[in-house]
Amino acid sequence: MKLIFEKSVKGRGMQYLPDCDVEEISLPDCLKREEAPMLPEISETDLSRHYTELIKRVHGVNCGFYPLGSCTMKYNPRIDEEMAFLPGFTGVHPLAPDYATEGCKEVLDTAKTLLTEITGMDDMTFQPAAGAHGEFTGVLLIKQYHDARNDKKRTKIIVPDSAHGTNPATAAMCGYTVVNIPSAPNGCVDLDALKVALGDDTAGLMLTNPNTVGIFDENILEITRLVHEAGGLCYYDGANLNAVMGVVRPGDMGFDCIHLNLHKTFATPHGGGGPGSGAVGCKKYLAPYLPQSKLMTGKDAFQVKSFAGNFLVVVKALTYILTLGKEGIPGAAKNAVLNANYLMRKIQGTFEPAFDRICMHEFVLDLSAFKKETGVSALDVAKTLIDNGMHPPTMYFPLIVHEALMLEPTETESRETLDWAAEVYRNLYTLAHEDPDYMHASPHKAQIARPDEVKAARNPILKYQA
Amino acid sequence: MNFPKDLKYAASHEWVKIENGIATVGISDFAQDALGDVVYVSLPNVGDKVKAGISFGDVESVKAVSDLLSPVSGVVCEVNEELADAPENLNSDPYGAWIIKVEAIEEEGDLMDAEAYEAHCAEEE
Repeated sequence: MKLIFEKSVKGRGMQYLPDCDVEEISLPDCLKREEAPMLPEISETDLSRHYTELIKRVHGVNCGFYPLGSCTMKYNPRIDEEMAFLPGFTGVHPLAPDYATEGCKEVLDTAKTLLTEITGMDDMTFQPAAGAHGEFTGVLLIKQYHDARNDKKRTKIIVPDSAHGTNPATAAMCGYTVVNIPSAPNGCVDLDALKVALGDDTAGLMLTNPNTVGIFDENILEITRLVHEAGGLCYYDGANLNAVMGVVRPGDMGFDCIHLNLHKTFATPHGGGGPGSGAVGCKKYLAPYLPQSKLMTGKDAFQVKSFAGNFLVVVKALTYILTLGKEGIPGAAKNAVLNANYLMRKIQGTFEPAFDRICMHEFVLDLSAFKKETGVSALDVAKTLIDNGMHPPTMYFPLIVHEALMLEPTETESRETLDWAAEVYRNLYTLAHEDPDYMHASPHKAQIARPDEVKAARNPILKYQA
Repeated sequence: MNFPKDLKYAASHEWVKIENGIATVGISDFAQDALGDVVYVSLPNVGDKVKAGISFGDVESVKAVSDLLSPVSGVVCEVNEELADAPENLNSDPYGAWIIKVEAIEEEGDLMDAEAYEAHCAEEE
């Protein structure tokens, strides 16, 4: 398939902008670029065909099974999109007069009330643009808290090795030293290692619960108590909230602040680079430091993004919560857990789970013994799955499991889909024993078989080169 | 898998060779095999202090980013700049492609000889 730049023909294009009927204002010369940008020139027909062709090559949740662990690729109901498309929401400016923005403010207030109730927090901001941005904001709250008390010796953030990969990066971005602590053999936080790491230099702990191996840490109350005792605060990464929303609240587990990925847990398609919403909730003693829009509130406040963040994502989240209701939200979480356990047990006997116990919303298969036996790697299995019309699971993550495949079927998959997926996995297990070479060369039916990831990482070409 | 006898090894899979008060540090054959194709190495600067068991940089492969833990405490006196452009050397020649050299060695971490390290790797696998 040709790139859009290769389809460009000089002089071709579309004319949508009306002639200018107001006085022209020009940028000062120092801001002007010296050469015209190289933009593709293409007709509307060809442009439309180009993107339709690309769509056909993509596998999304609307095309088929997409059990990408730790990403919660669940189906997003159409009604959420419909609400976000209402002209009263799409056509409004944050600085419009009050009479025009009352509805939007009610959306923000209601979403805040419901989400703080679901998470057990006292207050919330919708400014952060996505998960990592939310983490950054949340850890800055912790930093502000210590600074305001003039407690300058707290320089370390503890991050268990079962945490999300972004957690240590966040702590480092906020100027903290990251202390990694290992997991116990059961995949949960090693309490002894935690006790050793804690001290009067501990600013806080970042934790994902259930963690990245899909296990709910049973010692969570003890963990947060120990951190508080040492004078630190506890940060909850909401990446895996889908397993417990409406069932148990991070606030009740002892967490002081959290972020939510509204775009994964509360219905906005994601994976394509946004927009997302990394809403940050906190207990009341952190609320004074929450970022908010100076222009909208008139208060002198910290700000991490303009106005109310990605407002339309909040509209979708609110619609999702109101549609599911008080029974539907925990119902979705319970179905997500049930589906994961069902699929794990259906596959077991061939590919084995890394932890043979009841899982939460996702589970990890450990293919290291299988690889030794057949020579077929987790990557080979993932590539062969593509030929079978489903998206591969997350590979080689979490790092504490070798040859890991991590599956998260989510609550929106039917029993028939799960049965079919289990059958495909079981068939591949047999195939690996019979014809490993076939699997080394997979996929055989995809448009692109095995892109050279190493070359792409070592010598990335990020710009079209004519 | 290759485990040269004249080197010492850390449980976190770095090797070290101490000669004339200078410690040369790299990653083991086992480490490069487990990582897969290395695509980026983040290096310290000459003059940086390193501490035994504490990260002095990281290696990124197509699978993951992993910390490099220093086998000794001391001061970095030389950095293998070639790795910035040719990180693949860590895969093709793990014992030739050293990463840093450390002088003013204050202490060594818990290090193993080749035999003990080979047993450690067998256990980990």
